[in-house]
Amino acid sequence: MVTTPTSTADPRGVAESVTDPELPMVTLADLGVLRDVRTEDDGTVVVEITPTYSGCPAMGVMRADLVHALHRAGFPDVDVRTVLAPAWSTDWISAEGRRKLAAGGIAPPGPAPERTTGPVPLSLGPTRRTASCPLCGSPDTVEQSEFSATACKALRRCRACGEPFEHVKEI
Amino acid sequence: MGHEETVYEALDSAHGGEGQWAFGTGFDEPLAGVDTTVPDGIDPADLGAYCLMLGDDALVLAQRLTQWVTAAPELEEEVAVANIALDLLGQARLLLARAGSVGVLGRSRDTATASIPDEDALAYFRDADEFRCTGLVAAPNGDFGQTMVRLLAAATTRLAVFARLRDSRDPVLAAIAAKGVAELTYHRDHAARWVLRLGDGTPESHRRAQAGADAVWPLLADAFTATDVEQRLVGAGVAADPAGTREEVVGVLTQVLDRATLRVPAWPADAPPRGRLGLHGAELAVLLAELQGLAREHPAATW
Repeated sequence: MVTTPTSTADPRGVAESVTDPELPMVTLADLGVLRDVRTEDDGTVVVEITPTYSGCPAMGVMRADLVHALHRAGFPDVDVRTVLAPAWSTDWISAEGRRKLAAGGIAPPGPAPERTTGPVPLSLGPTRRTASCPLCGSPDTVEQSEFSATACKALRRCRACGEPFEHVKEI
Repeated sequence: MGHEETVYEALDSAHGGEGQWAFGTGFDEPLAGVDTTVPDGIDPADLGAYCLMLGDDALVLAQRLTQWVTAAPELEEEVAVANIALDLLGQARLLLARAGSVGVLGRSRDTATASIPDEDALAYFRDADEFRCTGLVAAPNGDFGQTMVRLLAAATTRLAVFARLRDSRDPVLAAIAAKGVAELTYHRDHAARWVLRLGDGTPESHRRAQAGADAVWPLLADAFTATDVEQRLVGAGVAADPAGTREEVVGVLTQVLDRATLRVPAWPADAPPRGRLGLHGAELAVLLAELQGLAREHPAATW
């Protein structure tokens, strides 16, 4: 059935305003998770999203939030599709997204590492990953745990101000 | 309105207020909107069987790692092991969904309720003889040292296969592999650092890590042997030949154990596939009882 959108809102703008369920300070667009928004001839709004990690449990909520936001904006027919390739990279997080993460107390990622399958980097010292403290700005921070409250973050501590903070892992 | 409230309202609205299948992994179809057409020249039955092999390895290892939750040596490690399990569960979910999309369901679809997604029917309603995981992931954890040696071996072999699958002729498999490579590299590095720390640590940690390696190495006997399905799919440009990963796997594992001052156990002679053909020890049935019991007790339960 062909339905006519009852809204004059811009569906892209609506989709771009939806925030991440786990990192509510940033939008899905800021994260690079929102890949495309377009309107088909029959009025259906097609939204494409890509998962950050294979097991990211937030995908279902992201999908539901997008549908809900577009419904509320007057688009009754919404089709949220998953795209798997190319695989998401933290390099896709926008400058604005990085600024918002830091303002929210989460250290943004550095450049993603080159993909290699070579030997394991064998060192017992801290990993080469570095991050400045989002609270006081000091670069003197140490990794506490390679994993944290969500799949996409590691846990660090600032040696200068003593505060722990989360760091979006580079992938 | 609080953020959480918005989330639940959105979920409820997206599903028409109906309850959710209680034991599944989420609310969305993992391959929704993905083109699941099988390219010409690829046998869908072989592709499905291969996706089960790779998916079952991830599902079973995820369940093994989850057995450490509430029992890990320190809180950070508990979070780490759970996160690694979550990545693997995500890979399993995508691969089982891919297997379901090419029609491998068979008996599990008859047993499971129609409302349950394909990947959940495959995870919860197949018996041990229908699982296609290797003995490397099905074996019990042992102590923490053995668990880390096994994780190192499993991540190394899987990473070598996934790196090659990025060029698979099946675009869905290639995309799942490309995503998994970054995750598996992280898992491998984490396990390697633990093996290093334990092997080159105290006499007791060294002894345990060595015993772990001695227990894990025989499980690699069928890691480099291809099943008939894999051989056909290698020919079709879909699968990675496990024999072709041997040099890389041996190189990485030797490097880590040497550096950890551990003796590299004798490499087992190549054995015919067992787990890939559904031949498992009793330990897999025990693990599956734990994984599947609740879902089978309350089929199609919702919350």
